[in-house]
Amino acid sequence: MYAEGKAVCIGSDIDTDLIIAGRYLRTKDRSLWAEHVFEDLDPALRKRLNGAVIVAGKNMGCGSSREQAVIALKEAGVKAVIAPSFARIFFRNAINIGLPVLEAEVACDEGMIVQFDIDAGWVESHGVRFAIRPLSPRMRSILHAGGLVPYWRARQ
Amino acid sequence: MGTLSERILGGSAGDFVDRKVDRAYVHDGTGVLTLMALREMGAHVVTPARFHVIFDHIVPANTSLTADLQSELRTFAQEQGMCFSDVGNGICHQLMGEGEVLPGEVVAGADSHTCTLGAFGAFATGMGATDLAGIWASGATWFRVPETIAIRLHGELTGAAEPKDVALQYVSLLGMEGATYRAIEFIGTGAATIPMHGRLTLCNMAVESGAKTGMFFADAVTTAYLRGFGKFADMQETEPCTYEREISIDLGAVRPLVAVPPRVDTVKNAAALAGTAIDQVFVGTCTNGRFEDLARFAHIVKGKQVKVRTIVVPASRTVLERLEREGHLGTIIRSGCVIGPAGCGPCLGAHMGVIGKGEVCLSTANRNFSNRMGVGGAIYLSSVATAAVSALNGEITEPEADDVR
Ligand code: SF4
Repeated sequence: MYAEGKAVCIGSDIDTDLIIAGRYLRTKDRSLWAEHVFEDLDPALRKRLNGAVIVAGKNMGCGSSREQAVIALKEAGVKAVIAPSFARIFFRNAINIGLPVLEAEVACDEGMIVQFDIDAGWVESHGVRFAIRPLSPRMRSILHAGGLVPYWRARQ
Repeated sequence: MGTLSERILGGSAGDFVDRKVDRAYVHDGTGVLTLMALREMGAHVVTPARFHVIFDHIVPANTSLTADLQSELRTFAQEQGMCFSDVGNGICHQLMGEGEVLPGEVVAGADSHTCTLGAFGAFATGMGATDLAGIWASGATWFRVPETIAIRLHGELTGAAEPKDVALQYVSLLGMEGATYRAIEFIGTGAATIPMHGRLTLCNMAVESGAKTGMFFADAVTTAYLRGFGKFADMQETEPCTYEREISIDLGAVRPLVAVPPRVDTVKNAAALAGTAIDQVFVGTCTNGRFEDLARFAHIVKGKQVKVRTIVVPASRTVLERLEREGHLGTIIRSGCVIGPAGCGPCLGAHMGVIGKGEVCLSTANRNFSNRMGVGGAIYLSSVATAAVSALNGEITEPEADDVR
């Protein structure tokens, strides 16, 4: 699974409340979450997310189990999220909705091109290649299917 | 031989295993997405009697939209014959802890604080809505068997210190991501001295250090508590096992603590923050809304008046009824507090008790992220005793042993 995108750098310990605030959760309208993504962190971020690769600091996505956080990122056009460590529910949620999450230590430069290949297990920027912590075969299959829903449908 | 997680999940740390889920639950916030995912999967609910749908987050509904979403989920749960709990019955983690979850069970909840139930010696962990839909559809899911960090407790709590202070202490020791992907086991002679409600508080905050779950071994305290709900369970024996890391806490040395916004791992002595102005006090939540918590609160405020607006929300109807029966409810009302319906209350900043820009809330909850209880508001976290004496003084105050006696 090769892809690339422009880096958007964000800090460490970005919690799910900062990704999508609790006040926007009560709806089924996925575009609303994308519209308000990162609103309490930096409202200007949203415009840069289409086609972007988010490069975050440690403990990305900590806090609540709200799946709206990963959906908001995906709906906003984010191609992947890279961080040295993720909160585990966020990580699982991302895979379940088909948003690639890569555990790797990457120095972030706003706007740099980030390339990655999940199956091959690397991410590259400025010509430097970093190893990503491998996913389990199950997680890879779910990601390949585009998330747990299509994965499930395909196996019926 | 192994850690509790290894024994319950049946594998060694690092293994990926498929496991039957004994009990799974969603709430009004995550259940709607779970239902959407289930429909998109084209699947149906396999064992409805093992699945709970509990309305606690925005209860009763605040807007027509919320009401419509709740109505759809309520109808679905009832039609399917799932265990449904409507508004006002209480917080999902509390209800699952009132005789539902038993030692050794595998429990999945669509809420990060599902780790609370590890207090019974169950493997209980939070997941997202789509994961829960997969569980509704198959009755099982995959787990990575976690490495375990042991927190060895010695001695006994003294003075005005509570299990909540121990929770703040271990979260600050580990840091917000110190236990990511790991389980925490509370062990040692001090563990036996912590009553069930305190164990629930300690396990509740495990996720604040990133942990998958926090666990106590089921012992005489656990089995006696469960017998109160008509449930019989076996105790769990400790076995030799490998912990990734061990930290130790002397309960006798724990003082009242406060987490400073916006990080739960920035913890100071309540004494060091004495005099900090507050606009609101909130007592309740899945961390500290149990009977013993609110009875302690009532004891402290009895015959006095709170100086700032104070919202008290019982964690469940059972808690509320017992408070009423034992006279504490009247005490709390007469001291000038607002009583909210059993549930999450203002904890997630969506409903009843949201704070305004620049306002400061002292809360007994587990999270103090920026804007959580309202845009531009700040949250300090403390024990019930600290919240009670602070409410009486209108500013952060350290509780003394005399206050709680
Ligand atoms: S009380 Fe707060 S932390 Fe607990 S389940 Fe409700 S919203 Fe979550």
